[in-house]
Amino acid sequence: MVITDELVTYLEALGRIKLPEESRAKAQSDLQEILQYIDTLSELDTEGIEPMSHALPLTNVMRDDEVQPSIPTEDVLANAPAQKDNYFLVPRSFE
Amino acid sequence: MTALELGATIKKGDISAVEAAKFSLGQIDKYDSKFSCFVTVQDDVLARAEEVQKKIAAGEYTSPLAGVPMGIKDNMCQKGIQTSCGSLMLKSFKPTYNATAVEEIMNAGAVPLGKLNMDEFAMGSTSETSYFGATRNPWNVDCVPGGSSGGSAAAVAAGECFYALGSDTGGSIRQPASFCGVTGIKPTYGSVSRFGLVAYASSLDQIGPLARNAADCAAVLGEIMKQDKKDNTSVATDGVDLNAVLNYDVKGMKIGIPTDFFGEGLDKDVAATIEAAAKQLESMGATVEKFDMPIVKYAIPAYYIIASAEASSNLSRYDGIKYGYRADDFEDLLDLYTKSRSEGFGMEVKRRIMLGCFVLSSGYYDAYYRKALQAKALIKGAFDKAFEKYDLILGPVAPTTALKIGENLSDPLKMYLGDIYTVMINLAGLPAASVPCGFDSEGMPVGMHLIGNYFNETKILGAAHAYQQVTDWHKRTPAEI
Repeated sequence: MVITDELVTYLEALGRIKLPEESRAKAQSDLQEILQYIDTLSELDTEGIEPMSHALPLTNVMRDDEVQPSIPTEDVLANAPAQKDNYFLVPRSFE
Repeated sequence: MTALELGATIKKGDISAVEAAKFSLGQIDKYDSKFSCFVTVQDDVLARAEEVQKKIAAGEYTSPLAGVPMGIKDNMCQKGIQTSCGSLMLKSFKPTYNATAVEEIMNAGAVPLGKLNMDEFAMGSTSETSYFGATRNPWNVDCVPGGSSGGSAAAVAAGECFYALGSDTGGSIRQPASFCGVTGIKPTYGSVSRFGLVAYASSLDQIGPLARNAADCAAVLGEIMKQDKKDNTSVATDGVDLNAVLNYDVKGMKIGIPTDFFGEGLDKDVAATIEAAAKQLESMGATVEKFDMPIVKYAIPAYYIIASAEASSNLSRYDGIKYGYRADDFEDLLDLYTKSRSEGFGMEVKRRIMLGCFVLSSGYYDAYYRKALQAKALIKGAFDKAFEKYDLILGPVAPTTALKIGENLSDPLKMYLGDIYTVMINLAGLPAASVPCGFDSEGMPVGMHLIGNYFNETKILGAAHAYQQVTDWHKRTPAEI
């Protein structure tokens, strides 16, 4: 697997991040090196093995379906970088 | 003095919680400019200590840890206290609620001193990637304390707090505990609530204590280990009796050592120290035996695939809107997301987000993410088989002792390779501790890794406690402390 400049651009877009221009080349070679190492996993015979998301058999921890007070609006907005009239403030997202 | 010794002294009335808090604040004053363990020192420490003292007197706080000053890793939400996760992204974040683990330890009468430094978003093994600068190892300021709970381990080693809460996704409690010569345990996945812990890789993240010895770790764990309705992956731990740690005997215990833990890359001083610890346990009546575990070499690839995949998903919440950093200038919504995230996250976080996006992207999902989940099943299977035969598994925590500051910072793969022994435990969801067991030729601490079966925290800490009754590695302190 070769990490091309186009792939780096694609991954930036997927992750909603942009690398600083000066660290792009280094990021590309680092990712290449990491991926090359990760590729050793392809040697491992996993034929017929069920993928496992949790090691322990988990059962959902349920709460009783009781009405509880909501988090107060001022708490919800307490850490918002911008707010207006009790709403999060965002730039216009459609015309 | 250990946390339990201090707690007993406070209970007896020989020292007040306020005096204890003043002592710790004095230690922070004296040492923290040198080691940079704390990101934030709280301004309400003495007020809290007074409140705790009153409640001890009134019989409200009865925990053996009541009144003992402690520290909390900066990725656990604490109401009204900056919880930065070592990142510019959360520099201004002040939670409006407590994490459950914080709530539980407060209910035990803890006096929190402040928030402890860490690698940004817990991604790293050196505590150098923190936005707030690197923490230093109290045993040698030119060395890293390990990570990501480096601030927690260093603060305990430097005597700036009596115990600390850390978190461990791929070794982040155990490796810094090893590097700083303190005792730390990552409990069974789900046994401590993750509610209010800033998420990195949710299927692997687990909170646990770092302290001066195994008995202190057992006491802290006893307070925070509880099923929580706010965390639907939390598990019942009724069968775990941590009180039994104090009179545990290793006689007749069967300990297995994977030969694959002693392969290429393991420092010879570390290897010799671990062998000596095994001999010590043998002389105490345990039987020690080597066995093969060839799956070891696939642990790091599987871990970095799974952890990065979960990180890329978890960290998508940082959008510059609800909380956290927001860029000043932007053209539209997408630009707001991209600029806020690009400016707010450091390089290692960006790298893992990109790696995670890659392994989850269409066309690569099966070859990477699915394959890693299959490897995880095989790793769990290998441990299941080993625990049919052994009570505990013993090995090194890390292939080396603490590295020099800057040594691995520009070489991410080299840093990842240092996690070889620890990441498997998170993939399998098992409990494991790091216990001080000697020093290398440079005088840097070495930790032994004690790994147990699910919910066998008592066995791990019991063996560690028995070992600490006949050794004094855990009692040694850095020269200048």
